[in-house]
Formats: sequence, structure tokens, C-alpha cells
Amino acid sequence: MWRIVGENITQQFNRRTIFRNISFEIKSGESLVLIGPNGSGKTTLIRIICHLLRPTAGKVTYLNEGKRISFEELQPHLGLVGPYLQLYNNLTAFENYTFFSKIRGLPVDVERFRDLMKRLGLAGREMDELRTYSSGMLQRMKYVCALIHDPDVLILDEPTSNLDEEGVQIVYRIIEEQKRDKILILATNEPGEFRFGDKQIHIAA
Amino acid sequence: MLKNDRPWFHGFKIFTFVWMIFVIIGSIKVAPEATGFVSTSRVVFFHVPVAWVAVLAFLVSAVFSIRYLRKKQMEDDIWASSSAALGFLFAILATVTGSMWAKHEWGSYWNWDPRETSIVILLLIYAAYFALRSAIDSQETKAQLSAVYSILAFVTVPFLIFVVPRVIFTLHPQNPIFTNEPKQRMTPSIRWVFFASLFGFTLVYYWILRLKVDIERIKQRMTEMEDKS
Amino acid sequence: MTSRSTLLHKAWYVFQKDLHQEFRTRYAINAIFLFAVTTLIVVSFSIGPAGLSAQVLSPLLWIIIFFSAMSGLSHIFVREEEQQTSDTLRLVAPANAIFLGKWLFNAVLLIGLEILIVPLYLIFMNLEVKNPGGFAAIILLGSLGVSTVATIIAAIISRASARGALFAVLSFPITLPILVSAIHGTGMAIAGRPMVEMMGDYQILFAFLVVIFTASVLLFEFIWII
Repeated sequence: MWRIVGENITQQFNRRTIFRNISFEIKSGESLVLIGPNGSGKTTLIRIICHLLRPTAGKVTYLNEGKRISFEELQPHLGLVGPYLQLYNNLTAFENYTFFSKIRGLPVDVERFRDLMKRLGLAGREMDELRTYSSGMLQRMKYVCALIHDPDVLILDEPTSNLDEEGVQIVYRIIEEQKRDKILILATNEPGEFRFGDKQIHIAA
Repeated sequence: MLKNDRPWFHGFKIFTFVWMIFVIIGSIKVAPEATGFVSTSRVVFFHVPVAWVAVLAFLVSAVFSIRYLRKKQMEDDIWASSSAALGFLFAILATVTGSMWAKHEWGSYWNWDPRETSIVILLLIYAAYFALRSAIDSQETKAQLSAVYSILAFVTVPFLIFVVPRVIFTLHPQNPIFTNEPKQRMTPSIRWVFFASLFGFTLVYYWILRLKVDIERIKQRMTEMEDKS
Repeated sequence: MTSRSTLLHKAWYVFQKDLHQEFRTRYAINAIFLFAVTTLIVVSFSIGPAGLSAQVLSPLLWIIIFFSAMSGLSHIFVREEEQQTSDTLRLVAPANAIFLGKWLFNAVLLIGLEILIVPLYLIFMNLEVKNPGGFAAIILLGSLGVSTVATIIAAIISRASARGALFAVLSFPITLPILVSAIHGTGMAIAGRPMVEMMGDYQILFAFLVVIFTASVLLFEFIWII
């Protein structure tokens, strides 16, 4: 059982307040949707939750089985897909997969790689460098790399950007599966995706 | 609000002003007694305190940089950068006064003497610090990265103090306060003026630093008000 | 998960990844090798066959090494920033592992460069080193220091604009203790002085390496996650 608790998170850039005193709590089996207009700070909040940015004030704590853990302990169980998270485009899909597996402390599981590639409709392109991929394929590839370790916490920022109808359906299936017994956090502008959240946070601009 | 929150500061200003007048009078009246050098030795009353402030400002900047990394308060960044700006100014003053004296005593403005080398390095560090600050847009990133650089430089400087004199031979007068060589030793009256000047310049540094910090705060407040309107 | 061995493993994977990428694009390798060779030829051509003393040849060698380092070693972080992969890396690996991996890459690159460039320098300058062991040791120790400084400064400037100019400006004051000692020691080694006389330089280079490496590891997290 995993839990993520955010307390009174405030973020400023150049002394301008992006948002103030946001608190939330989410545990395994729950899902959270961040809703807000462009520029309201959805991405900023996600970056804070994923420890990519330190908040100006407030804090995020991570718990496993009721015990507080550090971000480093959460790291191997965390997956994130977002527009600012690019993959190495002069390495092939398999090389990217290999690197992300190893760095997460996992063995390089070729079977799992094939399954994931097939599931995301990328079969046959395993040995191509990512710079030959289209933007939609890159978005799919990001899911391959985010799902390597079957993360207990999956965070998606604009999950369906650049995807075609088929890709959107694949992602929705991933979302449904994830929220069943794990943590899912979603930031989106698509009204059709709000339904995936048991809880919602509205961030005002 | 900025003005009235510290009434003691008025007293401080008057005290510093009077103190510095006495230092200037003292330096003119006392200096010719100095043995060893002629009346150019008066420069010691200004050159050494100015160099001391350049180093002190560097230290203060590093301390506030560490504080910034710990607490992330913009206030600490204002102190760190203001002190660095003053340090830069005082380092230039120390270089100029020193090289004028060197021209008179050693016959050339520049000799790459260890002390000259150290002050140039200090100048380079300050210049790099401000070059870095001007190349970053986001205030938080600017504060954070320049704090890190300031600490890295702070770690480096003690090494330079050890390393440089090993390689370059010095002409610079060795520590004239504690030396045992009677010719270079300061007479008591000179020593009094010297320490009074050292103290006085430290007060002046603090005074300008407060002014600079206030200016920066006002600037920040103005940008905040612009953002709101 | 945070045990020391996994940290080192992760650093190793980061290193492998960078090596892999580097061999695909050869950006840093090209930059640093071509720069070094060009400078070397310019220097030796303009000096000609005039036999210069060790006191001149030693600083020249270190000037070539320093500026070659400045031409290519920032790429390790600038590339992550330009390809927008730094957030990805931040997400999957602890800061310490990333710094160690990147440092190892830069150290290997710089030492690899020297294996090529130093013998060339000796040949072009018609220089005979009378204490080769001491010479190699001082260059190795100095280069480890230079690559440490270059790595931490690269991390800083990758987040700023006008990176190219800033890199040398910021690195130079921090590298200076290394350069001063290394130039001094290299000169002594060329002149064939015994190891004992160079001990002071070794001590300073080693002490500085330890201090700046520790400071860099401690401070890197503050650069990496703003």
C-alpha cells in the first residue's frame, strides 16, 4: 500500500505565485486528476510530486505500508509520462529500454520489451533510432519506458497528446488497469479524461 | 517601512562618519614616522583595509550562499549578491591602490607577485559570479546556481593561498604587524591608526551593504507590484 | 535500493549510456580532439624548431589541455538539456549516480585525449622528458582535477544561456590551483628533478582533487534539482 501526501504546496517563479497551499492525499487503488487551464501549474505540481523541482513552500511525503520513505526509495516504483520527458533519440528503442531497465535496477527482460512494444503498437521498430520515430510513436515509446518496472505509482501529464485514436484507446486501457489497485495521477485538458479520477484537484490560474 | 525599522542605524551612520574622519586625520598625521618606507607607506592605512574588506565580502557572500541553499529565502540571495558586488568594488580598489604603491616602490605597476595574483583571482571569481548571474533568467535558478558557484570558489581560495606563494617569489611586505624584523615593524601610533582604519572600513562596508540590500529589496518589490497591476 | 553498490552500478550505467550516445554522434570526441590537435599544430608551428626551456613548454602543454577540456567537456550536461532528457534522467536515477557517471565519462575522455596529444606534443616540440614516471603521474592527477571541475561547472552552465563563453570563465578560477601546481610539477619532471622535489605538487593536486570532488558531489544535488 503506497501513499503520497502533499501538504500546503506553494510555488513561485520570479516571485510570481503559480499556486498556493495545495494539499492532497492519494493511496493505492485511487486516482487523482489535476484540472486547470493552461498555465495554471498542473505540470509544475507534477514536477514537484516527482521531485524534479523543489517547491517554494510545503512538502510532499511518500509512504509505503504506513512508513515514511524517501524519494530515492520511491524512485524504483515511479513512472512518469510527460511532454518534457524526452527519450534518447540517437539511441534505438531497445537501447533506451536497456538503459532504463538497468538504471532502475532491473534485469533487461527482452520478452517484456517485446510485449510492451506490441501492446503499444510499435512492434517491428525495436531496432530503429528514436529520431526516426514520429511524434505519436515517441509518445507511445514513452509509455514503454514508463511501464518497464510495472510502477506502483504512475503519473501522466497530457497522456494522449500526439496520439491517434488507436493510441488513445491503448492509453485508456493502461489507465484503467493502473487505477484498479495502484496509484494514478493524471493532468489533462481533455474533459473526456476527467472521468478517470476518483478525486479531482482544480488549480486556478 | 524600510526606513524606520532600525533606529540604531542612524547612530551607526554618525559613528562611522566621525570614526572615518579620525582615521583620515590620523593617517595624515602619523604616517611619516614609519620606518623603512617613505611617506608612501601611508597607503597601508587604505590599501590593507580595502583588501581586507574584499576578502570579508567574499566570506559573507559564501555564508549567505550556504544559508540560501539551506532555506531558499530570496533575502539571503540578496545579501549574498550584494556583498559580492561590494567585494568586487573593493577588490578593484585594492588592486589599484596596490599597483600605484608598487609602481613607486618596486618600479612597475604589475609584477605577478603572489598577493597581486591572489587579488586578480578574487576579481576573476567575482566577475565569473556576475557573468553567471546575468546568463540566467529565472530568479530561483539564478540564486541557486550562483550560490553553488560561490561555495565552490570559497573552497578553492584557501588552496590558492597555499599554492601560489610556493611557485612565485614575493616582494610584498610580510605581515608588518607581527613581524620580528625591527625595520618593518609598526610603531604603536601607526598600529593604532592602522587598526582604527581596518575597523572603520569594515563599518563602511557594512553601511554600503545595507544600502545595497535595501535597493535590491525595493527593486524586487517594484517588480512584484508591476506583476500585480 | 540505496546501498552503495547499486549507486556505483547506476553511475556505471549512466557512463555506458553516455559512451553509447557519444559513439553515435561523436560530438564531444570530435570537438575535443580536433581542438587539441589544431592548437598543438598552431603552437608548434609558430614556435618552430627553437628549443624552449621546460619553464615555457610545461605551461604551453597545460594551456592546450585546459582549453581542449573547455571545448568538449561541457557537452555531457548540455546534451541532456538540449535534448530535454535531463528530466527523464532526474526521474530515474539518483543525483549522485548521475554526477559520478558523468564525471567518469569526462575523466576518461580527457585522459584518452592526453594519451594521444601528450606524445604528439613531445614529438612536435622535440622534447625529452627526463623523469617520465613523475611526468605521467602529474598529468594524470592534474587531469582528474580538471575533469572534476569541468563536470560540476558543466552542470551549472547547462542551465544558463551563453554556455560556451561561460564555461571557461567559470572554470578558470576554480581550476587555477590545479594549473599552478601541475605546471610547476610538469616543469620539474621535464627537467628531470627527482620525485621527492615534486612531492609538494602531488600533495596539493591530490588534496585539491579530494576536496573539490567531495564539494562537487555534495553540491551537485542543488544544481541538478532546483
